[in-house]
Amino acid sequence: MVILLDFTLTNEKKLFQKTVREFCEKEIKPIASKIDKEEYFPTDLYKKMGKMGLMGMTVPQKYGGAGIDRISYMIALEEISRVCGSTGITVEAHNSLGLGHIYEKGTEKQRKKYLPTLTSGRAIAAWALTEPNAGSDASATQTTAVLDGNEWVINGTKQFITSGDIADVTTVMAMTDKSKGAKGISAFIVEKDTPGFKVGQLEDKLGLRGSHTAELVFDNCRIPKENLLGELGMGFVGAMNILDRGRTAIGAMSVGIARGAFEDALEYAKQRQQFGKPIGKNQAIQWMLADMATEIDAARLLVYRAAYLEDQNVRFTKEASMAKLFASEIAMRTTVKAIQIYGGNGYMREYPLERYYRDIKLCTIGEGTSEVQRMIIARQLGL
Amino acid sequence: MNIIVCAKQVVDVSEMKIDSATKKPILQGVPQKISDIDKNAMEEAIKIKEKHGGKITVLTVGPANAKERIKELLAMGADEGLLVTAPENIDYHMTATLLAEAIKKIGGYNIILCGEASIDMFSGQIGPRLAANLKIPQITYAQSVTAEKDKITADRNMGEQMIITESTYPVLVTVTKEINVPRLPSLMQILASANKPINEITADSLTKNLNPLVQTIDLKGVSMERKNVVYKDDIDESVKQLVNNLAKEGVLRG
Repeated sequence: MVILLDFTLTNEKKLFQKTVREFCEKEIKPIASKIDKEEYFPTDLYKKMGKMGLMGMTVPQKYGGAGIDRISYMIALEEISRVCGSTGITVEAHNSLGLGHIYEKGTEKQRKKYLPTLTSGRAIAAWALTEPNAGSDASATQTTAVLDGNEWVINGTKQFITSGDIADVTTVMAMTDKSKGAKGISAFIVEKDTPGFKVGQLEDKLGLRGSHTAELVFDNCRIPKENLLGELGMGFVGAMNILDRGRTAIGAMSVGIARGAFEDALEYAKQRQQFGKPIGKNQAIQWMLADMATEIDAARLLVYRAAYLEDQNVRFTKEASMAKLFASEIAMRTTVKAIQIYGGNGYMREYPLERYYRDIKLCTIGEGTSEVQRMIIARQLGL
Repeated sequence: MNIIVCAKQVVDVSEMKIDSATKKPILQGVPQKISDIDKNAMEEAIKIKEKHGGKITVLTVGPANAKERIKELLAMGADEGLLVTAPENIDYHMTATLLAEAIKKIGGYNIILCGEASIDMFSGQIGPRLAANLKIPQITYAQSVTAEKDKITADRNMGEQMIITESTYPVLVTVTKEINVPRLPSLMQILASANKPINEITADSLTKNLNPLVQTIDLKGVSMERKNVVYKDDIDESVKQLVNNLAKEGVLRG
């Protein structure tokens, strides 16, 4: 019998889920509020996550990764983001973008040099595409890289770079041939403390405050010729491939944050008594929770479908954008409703609801705004 | 050092609800898990193996789906599993007999580790019954153990006193949950556990004519009635009354 669709997780994936959930409850949840309020970056936590296999999830074990498939990666990201969005985005940017680009496009030599430390969680990877004048239109990149003898000389400024200030290794997209536009962009590996590379302004953000976001300044930064990542002029295409993967992951992160808010609201609706009965007995509250549960399930299915296609090595650009668009938008609605159910308490920083509400906003912006996702989907529809 | 860890699949009691009308536990849809203290036994086995080498076998008596729970312990660090498939709700005598027969088949062990009791029934009988069936020494309620080449030493938590006990091998040790914090497997260990063997044998193949000695007639949740006393008077007076009443009830002792 051919099974066309199977909505059941395998026992192995269920065990992944249960294990990551336990890890998050024990190691992340108790410090999630501190991470947010104090913009605290728990270095030890990332080492522990490295040991668990969470810092190189889809990278093969021969490079120190866990070697799990994309769906399992989504499961783990959902669990992490459920308790802490800041940790979720740090893990996502590290796995999907920084580390992901080196693994996907790197030579064997580059993989062996960088991946083992990054997968162990002892080092963090960042990925620098965005610039003050080049956001979603990455082809407008102004940062340049010029070959001078055996070295590339990088000049320019990158902004809004997740973990940019703490990363040990950063993948930087720079223009190597301006006359070719997007096809003149190449990717480079820049190590921390390279002369001419410095961290500029640290951003003061609405949410995800435990995740560091930095400006990176390159002023005649010289890196070895062999630090070119992928083929010359293929940096933009490579970055777009990496972003497709990242978008599915932002979808999973959104599902996680939405679930965190939903679960809290559901529990509260059962406990909170008004007019002699739990507020969850009121239809107004029931409808909110029913919608939240339905939308979270639908979003998760879209995320799993995109991840499934990634695992099958078939094109998934449209599906990744759909997953990110839908998941981040419904997660916005979910966190708003969760606060509404909590009433006055939901507005207070004592409870995590306001954190979910601030954290989720990034998911409708980062790695392509909702509008850009709609643009990509429309293009894929032949428009 | 060859170690056998006895583990039981139980319902996750924290997810279990009691039917308010019949007082019967609602078991449908409640997830299953490894009894918590058996995970402490597993953790201790891994620690001993890390020090002395050897092999860890997980042994379970239970339904066929208990195989999935054994996989969790294989991911934690056990080398192989053995599941004795048996009907559900067999009594302690039957379980201990089946465990003993299975262990005789496995053979060549130094230590058998069990949790002090399972979190569902909490009888604490399995360890002692098993040691008696196998005619080997037992150390119960171990709060810490030190395994050496020829002997094992354990601190037994007896509530008001600690008894330090020593035994040669083979020995059966039951542990308390204070003994350690069970580790979580890594994603790599979970993947690797798929290649570790789990053997399955039926209860019938181990022993015939095994009948229960105890019959469970009914199972009901315990309901606790609260007294709902509210002290509304002057705060100093209320505190005094509360302390007096608590003392009268024997809750406070001078």
